[in-house]
Amino acid sequence: MAQHHNQTAQTLAVTANRLLDGEVVYFTDGGSWSEHFKDAAVVRSKGDGEAMLQRAMPSVEALEVIGPYLFEVREAGSGTAPVSVRENIRMNGPTVRLDLGKQAEHPRV
Amino acid sequence: MYRYDEFDHKIVTERVEQFRGQVARRLSGELSEDEFKPLRLMNGLYLQLHAYMLRVAVPYGTLSSRQLRQLAHIAREYDKGYAHFTTRQNVQYNWPRLADVPDILKDLADVEMHALQTSGNCIRNITTDPYAGVSADELEDPRPWAEILRQWSSLHPEFSFLPRKFKIAINGAKEDRAAILFHDIGIGMARGGNGEIGFRVYVGGGQGRTPMVAECIREFLPKTDLLAYMEAILRVYNRFGRRDNLYKSRIKILVHQIGAEAMAKQVEDEFAAIQKQGDTLNVPPSEVDRILAYFAPKNYESLGDFAPETEEARLADENFARWLDVNTAAHKIPGYRIANISTKPVGGIPGDMSADDMDAVADLADKFSFSELRVTHKQNLTFADVRGKDLHALWKALDERGLASANISLITDQIACPGLDYCNLANTRSIPIAQEISKRFEDAELQRRIGRLHINISGCINACGHHHVGHIGILGVDKKGVEYYQVGLGGSSDNNGSIGKIVGPAFARDEIVDAIGTIVDTYLKQRVNGEEFLDTYRRIGLQPFKETLYDTTQH
Amino acid sequence: MILRNINNRFEFGEDAFERIEDDAPVPATGAVLVSAARWLGEHDILAKRKEPVGVWIEGDGDLEGLGEKCAQLELIVLRFPVFKDGRAYSQARLLRERYGFKGELRATGNILRDQLAFMERCGFNAFELDERIGLSQFNEALAEISVYYQPTGDGRMPVYQLRTTQASPGQARAAA
Repeated sequence: MAQHHNQTAQTLAVTANRLLDGEVVYFTDGGSWSEHFKDAAVVRSKGDGEAMLQRAMPSVEALEVIGPYLFEVREAGSGTAPVSVRENIRMNGPTVRLDLGKQAEHPRV
Repeated sequence: MYRYDEFDHKIVTERVEQFRGQVARRLSGELSEDEFKPLRLMNGLYLQLHAYMLRVAVPYGTLSSRQLRQLAHIAREYDKGYAHFTTRQNVQYNWPRLADVPDILKDLADVEMHALQTSGNCIRNITTDPYAGVSADELEDPRPWAEILRQWSSLHPEFSFLPRKFKIAINGAKEDRAAILFHDIGIGMARGGNGEIGFRVYVGGGQGRTPMVAECIREFLPKTDLLAYMEAILRVYNRFGRRDNLYKSRIKILVHQIGAEAMAKQVEDEFAAIQKQGDTLNVPPSEVDRILAYFAPKNYESLGDFAPETEEARLADENFARWLDVNTAAHKIPGYRIANISTKPVGGIPGDMSADDMDAVADLADKFSFSELRVTHKQNLTFADVRGKDLHALWKALDERGLASANISLITDQIACPGLDYCNLANTRSIPIAQEISKRFEDAELQRRIGRLHINISGCINACGHHHVGHIGILGVDKKGVEYYQVGLGGSSDNNGSIGKIVGPAFARDEIVDAIGTIVDTYLKQRVNGEEFLDTYRRIGLQPFKETLYDTTQH
Repeated sequence: MILRNINNRFEFGEDAFERIEDDAPVPATGAVLVSAARWLGEHDILAKRKEPVGVWIEGDGDLEGLGEKCAQLELIVLRFPVFKDGRAYSQARLLRERYGFKGELRATGNILRDQLAFMERCGFNAFELDERIGLSQFNEALAEISVYYQPTGDGRMPVYQLRTTQASPGQARAAA
């Protein structure tokens, strides 16, 4: 399995895929799921990350999402951005088809 | 090509309804993801980075125009207007919704297709030579046997939970165009002592983490014994293959651990015991004949080899001349040619095709190639039966749609896995590397001068991009979240199968294309007497490439 | 409760066999289930027993040795340690088709509903299932596919034989 987050990461968010269509979703402060990374809840310690992941887990039983996991984000300008190439691609869509995926509806800035 | 009868229809239709039930149980919560996963995989349904991915079986790569149109329809109706042809001659959709998949399978069943066993630890789609039945160097057409194997392996009650996936390829020609030495079982048509035709059987080839060339365990197997022998191999593997370590569970590891001779002995013992039990695995001659009839030679016209209209066009148009030279191959019937359609235009995504192009290709297959086509393991399409005199018209129609790239087996005819742009297992991207390489070598004359050169690119160790058998193989590796690319040289999947050797430390994303440029320059400098890349490499070895690569890139 | 095939219908019934671990003594009376290794090791004694003896084979248990003598057994239990481990499908076919075992061949362990039809085709005629799989689910699972490409020892004709006999798909099940 590809890397998800390294064990020392401190700035974290939770992502999963939606059961119905596999769409990439992010866990929000309000405890729901959003298709957009900008809505993702971001925590700044490993402990808070684990706690957030626990809060996200009932969505699996509730048939909303599959396989929630933590991933590392970094401070970027006024907001945050995923660290790994993988999570950047999940956030936007295939880098070879800019007309597809989330980037198609919300062009990159 | 093979057509379903009422029995085939019944099995596939029942399987669709079975899967519909499984999806319903998943969506109702009766099945957890852990329980559903093996079921969806047995029907080719993955969860990838952005969405589900459905892999549709194209049995031994053969498609009718009607089937291709249906694939285009599915791409439009349920996906995002395109599909992807894979190295195992299959088709993938990258964006289906889970709830739609039963309907997609129903649409497939309507045109005698399915997604059975395109994933999971079972016997996968049987693959073969894309030139089967029409090449001049063929002992016999392997497709009837591929169909017999397809049926036998579909929903096999004993072999659906093997230690790991299991791939079988069969080749009937002298030239191995099905990479049989790199499959769990490779079958080559062979002649026995009395001149009769049967099979030579290899086991234990494969790529992935531990690439291995298959070993021959049976020099000659009579045709009637094929299924009994397959059951013997599979049973030995199912019982004794390793299950404690995912990376050691392919049959190649078993063959390697006990040795080819011991493997052959176990298989032969099991085979003898199966035969003693009875002959129910011998497909009745009438059934073999029934299947053979579907693959009977086409209703070919009597034509001369020389087609003046084609010759005239060839002299008048250098682009057509190049396509004719590079993309077409000899046919066993005078006046006919095999024509290949490359899915790899400069800067394109290897294997991807839009629904509109699929429809257009289907129309051309109707017009020029008996309404049939094949998917190749190089992710291209083949029209097997084109009249020589139609080649210019075919080329013109393809060219109008941008489908006439003249690069078959040249440096821009790269195999690339979907990589990190789509795949959940990938470490790095593959497609952008292929795109940049194709742009670097865009010049058609340069490509032709370089000659036959296979570049294969995988985005992770699982080797779906066949990097081990690329003349130049590129493997993406992840170094702390950053993409790097390791280069191997000298791989080949033909009759003299070989596994590429790693040339040195991996290259960064912005170095890899230059590195390929250096390798090609080195080869062009070193080649003698019009050698192909592989000949030069085999003559001079890794060292000259190491020297130029690591001097110029300062590693 | 064990789901068994009784005259081509599946019914739930009690398990009459008492499982005896290898370190416990075998009782003088009652049907007992012992490990294959023990049965082979204490064969002279156990074979003289008047009441039924069954054996269990672990996922990695070896069949050779046991196969030849399996006619002396009333019950053989094959365990699926995890659903992915498919060795018992081969073991079942060998017991039925090579060694001619006629007794109860029982599947236990991690069994998914969607594997039942495969198991039944390989020769299992008894199942120890988790409570989520009732009789109706079981029968549904077995009825989902009614035509088969492969011959097994269950007597149902594979498609290539049905074709030569001009049968119709509906007769595949009936041929059993």
